[in-house]
Amino acid sequence: MSAQAISERPASSEFWRGARLAIPVMVASGPFAMLFGALAVDNGFSVFEAFFMSAAVFGGASQMVGIELFGHHVAPWLIVLSIFAVNFRHMLYSAAIGRQLAHWPLAQQAAAYFLLTDPQYAFAESEALGGRKVGFVWYMGAALAVYVSWVILTTLGAFFGQFIPDTGALGIDFLLPIYFLGLVMDFRKRPLWLPIVAVSAVASILAYKLVGSPWHVSLGALAGVALAVILPPHHSGVGIEPGETEIEKLP
Amino acid sequence: MSTTLWITVAAAIATYLTRVGGHLVLSRFERIHPRVEAGLNAVPAAVLTTLVAPAVLGAGPAEWIALIVAALVALRGNLLSMFLAGAAVLIVARQFMG
Repeated sequence: MSAQAISERPASSEFWRGARLAIPVMVASGPFAMLFGALAVDNGFSVFEAFFMSAAVFGGASQMVGIELFGHHVAPWLIVLSIFAVNFRHMLYSAAIGRQLAHWPLAQQAAAYFLLTDPQYAFAESEALGGRKVGFVWYMGAALAVYVSWVILTTLGAFFGQFIPDTGALGIDFLLPIYFLGLVMDFRKRPLWLPIVAVSAVASILAYKLVGSPWHVSLGALAGVALAVILPPHHSGVGIEPGETEIEKLP
Repeated sequence: MSTTLWITVAAAIATYLTRVGGHLVLSRFERIHPRVEAGLNAVPAAVLTTLVAPAVLGAGPAEWIALIVAALVALRGNLLSMFLAGAAVLIVARQFMG
């Protein structure tokens, strides 16, 4: 496929195709953005500081960990290290998706990596899986929709935090696991999916019990990836003729 | 600038390094070894699983029912229908099971 083939569709429709994809993420992350804003103010942040953290870090779980530590007056370097640890999984996303973004101008890549979240990575992978070239405008449509709603809802949450009703009855605390399960299921057609999921699940639970959060994310993921690396590559559908792989058969 | 803002700036830089770092390290190699490629293909399922598994273990019957229903819907429907089904079941189940 030539580079020109990307721009077959008008840019605005590509942008909205990406943004539409982001709607479930906006719905799923919205309550967390507001919850983060409310908790941040509760932990001594100003509304502006809560807004600034969402705009600059843009990583929900790591922000939650961050304000929790702020509340306990932990040493600054430990707060930064903890946020780094929670976000360490992005190293894997970045390495995996880099192949799909490498044909963009450098400035576009730099902007894209700033917005590389869990769902954004999943979007880009399934776009590539569907045989499309990952386009910058499409990517930004999905990424900016999530980013703008995340930042706005954080700020609203910081303003109105004390008015959020019974979060348990609304199931807000468990929306993210449901959402992430959906993303896991999205990849079920990939080779070795079930063994990888099983190994990562067991390893992350063990790490959660023995090492503690947030390291269970990186350790659990490394166990699953290690399985795919250790098994002969043909199990993963790589190193054989194109057209014979499982991935190629997907719609 | 307040201490809070300085720490946030440092956290933002650390986070950006994780987002760009994997690519910067890997792009130094000309050809990707099949085993590395196999490993990269395993990343999404591996990482996303770790965001679910410990939460499942620490949850109760209401959450488990919601996850099972959501997983079944995911076999047929898209992500949004799966998510909405799971959330609806969770809210209803919690009314009965706490």
